[in-house]
Amino acid sequence: MNGIHDMGGMDGFGKVEVEANEPPFHERWEGRVLAMNRSMGFAGAWHIDDTRYAQETLPPQVYLAASYYWRWELAMEKNLIRRGLVTPEELAAGHALQPAKPLPRKLTPEVVAAGLTRSSFFRQQQGPARFKPGDRVRTVNINPQTHTRLPRYARDKLGVVELIHGCHAYPDSVATDRGDDPQWLYTVVFDGREIWGPDADPTLTVSIDAFEPYLEPA
Amino acid sequence: MSGHDHDHPHEHGSELSETQLRVRALETVLTEKGYVDPAALDAIVETYETKVGPRNGAAVVAKAWSDPAFKQALLKDATAAVNTLGHVSRVGDHLVAVENTPQRHNMIVCTLCSCYPWEVLGLPPVWYKSAPYRSRAVKDPRGVLADFGVELPKDTEIRVWDSTAETRFLVLPMRPAGTEGWSEERLAALVTRDSMIGTGLARTPAELAQ
Repeated sequence: MNGIHDMGGMDGFGKVEVEANEPPFHERWEGRVLAMNRSMGFAGAWHIDDTRYAQETLPPQVYLAASYYWRWELAMEKNLIRRGLVTPEELAAGHALQPAKPLPRKLTPEVVAAGLTRSSFFRQQQGPARFKPGDRVRTVNINPQTHTRLPRYARDKLGVVELIHGCHAYPDSVATDRGDDPQWLYTVVFDGREIWGPDADPTLTVSIDAFEPYLEPA
Repeated sequence: MSGHDHDHPHEHGSELSETQLRVRALETVLTEKGYVDPAALDAIVETYETKVGPRNGAAVVAKAWSDPAFKQALLKDATAAVNTLGHVSRVGDHLVAVENTPQRHNMIVCTLCSCYPWEVLGLPPVWYKSAPYRSRAVKDPRGVLADFGVELPKDTEIRVWDSTAETRFLVLPMRPAGTEGWSEERLAALVTRDSMIGTGLARTPAELAQ
């Protein structure tokens, strides 16, 4: 979706403000939100792209005004209600009022202590890769109403395949409950001028990681 | 509470903000329903507060500076290479290391959200997740670098890697001059978080001495 989250190339947000000696969390609740989200993801309540899509569908004014972990809180509440794991009445009451729905797993302190690594997104290959490093490609011009990982600034642009990362779960499908639909994933590099026009910094190249459906031969 | 706004509440004992109350309510519901174990939540918070941070990545970089075979392995398959350093940190699949050279400077961003190599760098700083960085990094990286006080030669290629999938990127910064013969431990002290994102350079021995 063409949401406010797709910020690459926008102007007007000002300077990057760096906080010296920034702590991992500024407030205790931020850590709880992060930990709940990790825990529910481990439990199999939802996929990482559901978390992203739930944030993207926040109204733009809410998205921009919310701090990072507050967006996570709002996204978690949306996903819990959407999947029937928690009701709005339970959130309002601050207590369970309905029986729980079964989840595949539950995160324990022992699992955390053993070292929580990220999930693997590799999936069984469905067919041969359409492109190889060095191939010239053009990104497609798509404007789906739903989740996609092809940023607006990189649509309908000429680039070159640089790396091939194997077959991965396809976020556009996963976030809309249509399954993994595994796709080949490539790093595709663009000249800065192809994206931003002749006035762009001539030393700039930008790459994205593009799933195969985002690419056409060029 | 003057000077405080609702987006950034602070804890004042019994004076709990709406934010804190809402997060607490969510945790209570999830716990009562058996979805989460509060002790596991404590362990996750503790992991990010005490165990996982940029020093993990710094150890990887220092090893790559010291050991050419490890550096080659890191650039070929960073997940496998980092996982050979069992004591540093285990990482999941899809970690990619990219090398800075005099010809090319690499910089990492996630324009769409906040993708970041947590397992080697810890939690991303607020600026990495902020609109100014996400919007400008792909269009005006030299301007962003200026915000960090970094100026590169005019003819250095700048490659910005937008993390739009589950691949995660770690910048291997250039080893500062004057560090010949240094131990990995001494070298690691030169490796800043920002140098591994590409918004900074490794410290020089002179900067370290300050």
